[in-house]
Amino acid sequence: METQYRFQKKHILGIEDLSPEDISFILDAADSFKEISQRSIKKVPTLRGKTVIHLFFEPSTRTRLSFEIAAKRMSADTFNISASTSSAQKGETLVDTARNLTSMNPDIIVIRHSSSGSPHLLAKHIGASVINAGDGTHEHPSQALLDMLTVRENKGQLKDLKIAIIGDIIHSRVAHSNIIGFTKMGAHVHVSGPATLIPPGIEKMGATVCHKVEEAIEDADVVMALRIQKERQFDPLFPSLREYAICFGVNDTRIQSAKPDAIIMHPGPINRGVEMTCEVADGKRSVIMDQVTNGVAVRMALLYLIMGGEDR
Amino acid sequence: MQKTSIMSAHDVERSLTRMALQVMEDNRGIKKLALIGIHTGGVFLADRLQKIIQEHEGLNLPVGYLDITLYRDDWSLVSQNPIVKKTDIPFSVEEYTLVLVDDVLYTGRTIRAALDAIMDLGRPRVIQLAVLINRKCGRELPIEPNYRGLDVQKSVTDHIHVILHESGEHDEVVLESDP
Amino acid sequence: MTTKPLLLKNGRIIDPANNIDQQGDILIINNQIARKGKSGTLSCPDNGRIVDLNGKWIVPGLIDMHVHLREPGEEYKETIASGTQAAAAGGFTAVACMPNTNPVNDCQTVTSFILAKAEKEGSARVYPVGAISKSSSGTELAEFGEMKEAGVVAVSDDGRPVANSQLMRRALEYSSNHNLLVISHSEEMSLSQNGAMNDGILSTRLGLRGIPRVAEEIMVYRDLALAEYVGRPVHIAHMSTRESVDLVRRAKAKGCKVSAETAPHYFSLSEEAIGLYDTKAKMNPPLRTHDDMLAIRDGLRDGTIDAIATDHAPHSVMEKDVEFDQAANGIIGLETAVPLTLALVNKNILTPSRMIELLSVNPARILRVEGGTLSEGKIADITVIDPEKKFVYSKEGIVSKSKNSPFLNWELTGKAVLTILGGKITFSDLEI
Repeated sequence: METQYRFQKKHILGIEDLSPEDISFILDAADSFKEISQRSIKKVPTLRGKTVIHLFFEPSTRTRLSFEIAAKRMSADTFNISASTSSAQKGETLVDTARNLTSMNPDIIVIRHSSSGSPHLLAKHIGASVINAGDGTHEHPSQALLDMLTVRENKGQLKDLKIAIIGDIIHSRVAHSNIIGFTKMGAHVHVSGPATLIPPGIEKMGATVCHKVEEAIEDADVVMALRIQKERQFDPLFPSLREYAICFGVNDTRIQSAKPDAIIMHPGPINRGVEMTCEVADGKRSVIMDQVTNGVAVRMALLYLIMGGEDR
Repeated sequence: MQKTSIMSAHDVERSLTRMALQVMEDNRGIKKLALIGIHTGGVFLADRLQKIIQEHEGLNLPVGYLDITLYRDDWSLVSQNPIVKKTDIPFSVEEYTLVLVDDVLYTGRTIRAALDAIMDLGRPRVIQLAVLINRKCGRELPIEPNYRGLDVQKSVTDHIHVILHESGEHDEVVLESDP
Repeated sequence: MTTKPLLLKNGRIIDPANNIDQQGDILIINNQIARKGKSGTLSCPDNGRIVDLNGKWIVPGLIDMHVHLREPGEEYKETIASGTQAAAAGGFTAVACMPNTNPVNDCQTVTSFILAKAEKEGSARVYPVGAISKSSSGTELAEFGEMKEAGVVAVSDDGRPVANSQLMRRALEYSSNHNLLVISHSEEMSLSQNGAMNDGILSTRLGLRGIPRVAEEIMVYRDLALAEYVGRPVHIAHMSTRESVDLVRRAKAKGCKVSAETAPHYFSLSEEAIGLYDTKAKMNPPLRTHDDMLAIRDGLRDGTIDAIATDHAPHSVMEKDVEFDQAANGIIGLETAVPLTLALVNKNILTPSRMIELLSVNPARILRVEGGTLSEGKIADITVIDPEKKFVYSKEGIVSKSKNSPFLNWELTGKAVLTILGGKITFSDLEI
């Protein structure tokens, strides 16, 4: 027999660290996990006795809920720690928090933090596996994986697809992870938005930059709009939300030029009427609710895989 | 490593036919009867049993597939991730008489996991067990098959490989033992 | 205080101020360089000590014109005592300390405190740099006259720029009354604020807010323009980009009175050193690209850049073992400057003489302080360098109180092995 592929990651810190084989393996596993959530008893005993800590330094509803449901459906014991970064700044440092957590002997820590690289810092100081649930403007790997799963389900494949990502690329860890992920899987990512929201060197990550939203959307298989992250903007990056909606919003007219079977995505929460109109968000092509469902399956797969990924 | 063939393709065919008929005999008159194949070998065998029953009885029994990876009790011991396959049982198991199908019964732990997995899906009326190979030595749980192809009395150091034509070239059961 | 006579024998004397690079002996008597001569020509008085320096360089004491000693205010990071010990261990006999202490060195009280401490506990000469503006807040000029009287050698708001151009102009003008050098921390804050590293593909990849090169270059240009306009000298601190070097090169070609410095990390590392969020490679200005690093080396070679200053910036684990964007800027540098600069000599980018100009002669000239020469009769501030000595720069071996260096665990070649301050040995790695 030829050497068998093995998933060997102890942490999930970013899509950057995953090979195309890893990504396919995770998506396949997630596909199998979807069925569990359809049952009347939505629970498997796999992670019984394991401890998962959700360490959220940033407010989050859907990601935290999704991770929590995933862990509970795998029978893990879950604990939530919410701390605002500001209170952490006053007192305990992240490294101290990590040390305290270590003494509780958790198996997995899911962390969201406003500072890029904080999951890496945590992983350096703790024996448990670390899953990055969004760090600053760096990565949000589980979101990209659920997006890839959603696209693969709808399109049968990822290779050679045209993926349009519209909006606030520079502040979006979802966009970063998706650009890296889709590109690794052979899709072509086109980004567009106000030039002030397109980060330097994004082409080197594999994305094609379009000055007109229409160019990015033309013949696209997937159109993804990103949330305008007002909370991450230090300086005025575009004149007004009104002008943004007019010039860059994903609306019915703009999606006409996409492929007829194109799907519409958004990582949520949506600023309706700004980056996307209600008609598009709730329209026939929208798979936004599939994304949410797939989120749980992907996170179950990640919990499962990293617990088995290392000889413990 | 010494290899001995303990079942030929013909032996496998004959045993399966006998098992299929026994299933029907034991469950005469049962309306809600279904086969559940345990991934991976059991899935192929459940399909075959279903086909044989159809040929002999003209009955089209529902078949489901079960992946027990997430229910294994040796899960944290395995150093690599077993691939999780899809559980696909396209009917409600409530009130059903289910025949679990697997290729080899050995320690009994797989069947224990399968029973737990089934129970999470609902409450069947009866669960029976059909296996192609029943290894008599090495049982770790009080589990016995209702239907078996061949009983094998071999020590725990031996390995038994069930090769099925769905994944290999032809049906065969091979015994591997250290001389 | 008098010390025993000391004869340094058989060393390679590199004394660019006197255009000397040859084997020789130096005799130190009563804190001064008494005699200098060819090898074997000098004899030591009976009560003196003789040190054979075969294979080693004898150079004027190194002067670091840009360090942060943290005292007063942040003595847990460094003190005047520990910082000057680190200086001595790195081969420096003098340092110029920046005013961003707590309180800021913006008045004669703080200046006098620093000098008194240095006099009592220092292992190197300490030249305080005063603030340009009160509290370095950028609103009104600090009292240059009083600070000069107390002993500052220059003024700077280092750590932050003078954002207001009119205030910078006034500082340059007013410095003429007190014969003070103005040192520019060149940073346009509206472009750099909240930034954590160089702006570019790497900052995009790491999801870190970038500090664009132009944030530095715009201010280098502004301060060169202001200095030219008012006809006063200006010194550009810690240059990190190609264009900054070019701006200074053009200003010098026009005859402007400008001098400039860079730090060893800018000619030794590029932004890749950050790796996966290593805060030990975080400083301001940030590490730039490989191309910028090459341009800095060119500037050092062709004379555009006058001085190598370490920007020694000690921080404890509290400031560094945190999230990257929240980590403090700066690295320690006093104990690595010699080997890192020698690396450029070994790459044939700098001659040994040029190296000593950058680390001793020019800093003395720019700050108008003693030293930078091995002339007979001058104060005996002397550094002996072993250019071949290999060592691993380990946490345990660091003299500074802080250990925040990206060069930790590097194998380095070349080291100061004997540091002499006014005839007194402040550091020795020699068996004597």
